[in-house]
Amino acid sequence: MQIFSCPFCGPRPEYEFHFGGDLGNHRPEGFDAVPDQKWADYLYFRNNPKGMAREVWMHLTCGEMFSMTRDTVTMEAAPGEALAEGQP
Amino acid sequence: MTRHYSALSLVKEGLKGQKGWAPAWTSPQPKPRYDMVIVGGGGHGLATAYYLAKTHGITNVAVIEKGWLGGGNTGRNTTVVRSNYFFPESVRLYDMALKLYEGLSRELNYNIMLSQRGMISLAHTPAEMEMAARVVNAMQINGTDAELFGPGDVKRVLPVYNFGPKARYPALGGVWQGRSGTARHDAVAWGYARAASALGVDILQQCEVQEFLIEGGRCRGVKTSRGEIRADRVGLAVAGHSSQMAAKAGFRLPVTSYALQACVSEPVKPILDTVVLSPGAGTYASQSDKGEMVVGGGLDRIPSYGQRGNLPVLETVISGLVEMFPSFRQLKLMRQWAGIVDVAPDSSPIIGESPLPGLFLNCGWGTGGFKAIPAGGTLLAHLLATGQHHDISRPFDLDRFARGRLIDEAAGSGIAH
Ligand SMILES: Cc1cc2nc3c(=O)[nH]c(=O)nc-3n(C[C@H](O)[C@H](O)[C@H](O)COP(=O)(O)OP(=O)(O)OC[C@H]3O[C@@H](n4cnc5c(N)ncnc54)[C@H](O)[C@@H]3O)c2cc1C
Ligand SMILES: [Zn+2]
Repeated sequence: MQIFSCPFCGPRPEYEFHFGGDLGNHRPEGFDAVPDQKWADYLYFRNNPKGMAREVWMHLTCGEMFSMTRDTVTMEAAPGEALAEGQP
Repeated sequence: MTRHYSALSLVKEGLKGQKGWAPAWTSPQPKPRYDMVIVGGGGHGLATAYYLAKTHGITNVAVIEKGWLGGGNTGRNTTVVRSNYFFPESVRLYDMALKLYEGLSRELNYNIMLSQRGMISLAHTPAEMEMAARVVNAMQINGTDAELFGPGDVKRVLPVYNFGPKARYPALGGVWQGRSGTARHDAVAWGYARAASALGVDILQQCEVQEFLIEGGRCRGVKTSRGEIRADRVGLAVAGHSSQMAAKAGFRLPVTSYALQACVSEPVKPILDTVVLSPGAGTYASQSDKGEMVVGGGLDRIPSYGQRGNLPVLETVISGLVEMFPSFRQLKLMRQWAGIVDVAPDSSPIIGESPLPGLFLNCGWGTGGFKAIPAGGTLLAHLLATGQHHDISRPFDLDRFARGRLIDEAAGSGIAH
């Protein structure tokens, strides 16, 4: 069992967490002015890195989103960090 | 040298001490230039090379594999073949594959051990029964065989199932496809490799593609651990490593790589002669020719390139299995493993030219691309040879994401595999 660390609740088993995507994948501003490919990029296209990854995760039990740095090969995971205002 | 496999050649070689068999495929030195290069020596890559040579007469082709043939997901999967999908586009694709599988042993002169033993996707609640009826209707309208099973039918095909009054997963019925079954995974890879090699294709193992040669905005070949290889067109069939290769070509893909695991038990006497899937329990199983129970389930929900698999999913899979088949509790597990699968948001594959002209994609098969190998090979070969989509691959182009034309099989048929 892998243990991830929620910045608010501390270390918890992996099944309490939900993967939320690449860190910094912000919704494009401008609605109708946004070209289709840009919407698709935001909605569907992923970095999917082999090795070091910067990701958003959700701790399902407290409902908070946070950021985590993780190695997708060794599965080593640094403790989660609270998302800060204006963070990339 | 004996090349053709038959009962007669077996007897002849047996009398000569089995010394005269030609190698199944040759291992030549890489040439500096080919017409076409295929990256990835799994089933899809090898089938692509075979159909390029067989259907299109293009034999100056290399398949480049970083490890050994079938060492990726093709040699790690649970070998279920079927075409019980929901959308017409998918049924055309997977039925093309199943039809080709039905004639493949003969076509390749290689026994792929196709066993069309039928598959039951179980429904445990009235709501699941209604969904099952919907899928059966869709499949029949799309022209593939499907039958709605009731409790009596399940009893007939799965006598060892837990039909007790306290069963956690009562079997109300389900979707039956009689043409579904299993095939031997290694044999599919080796059969295509042997047939492609006989037609002149170079199979290069232990050769890793590290970069793409990009000139004038086009892909002109690949840089490998064994030197540069130029080609007019390059096909990419690297499953879980598609994003990594795409990054080298300068674009991103709508796929995420996850570990999908499976396990086998010790061999026992024949007890299960169909493929059984319970989407509700998150488990599927079949019995191999050797007698092992081959068991799998859903994805590990943590993006990963570590070919291991985690404990919570294994626990779900095994607990589902022993709930449905209490007698399997005594089985001992022999092996557990995982493969890295490339999952698209709509659980459908991606086939088409990539954003880098000259580089063509065959990926996104996720948890279910073994059953599709003959079709994936046919369609990528068609693209490479003609530069145009085959009618069947057109809906699966990468452009479906920007156009919003997703083929959402995860929602449509609730596919697991
Ligand atoms: C546990 C498990 C169970 C499954 N069960 C089923 C099932 O029951 N039915 C079903 O239909 N499907 C199943 N699948 C899915 C199926 O196995 C895959 O979709 C299918 O095998 C993909 O084939 P492929 O040829 O595209 O990829 P692979 O067989 O993975 O081949 C890709 C090859 O590319 C090579 N490669 C990668 N990078 C490079 C590089 N840079 N240079 C050179 N070579 C490279 C790899 O070494 C690999 O051999 C399962 C998968 C797993 C993991
Ligand atoms: Zn928390």
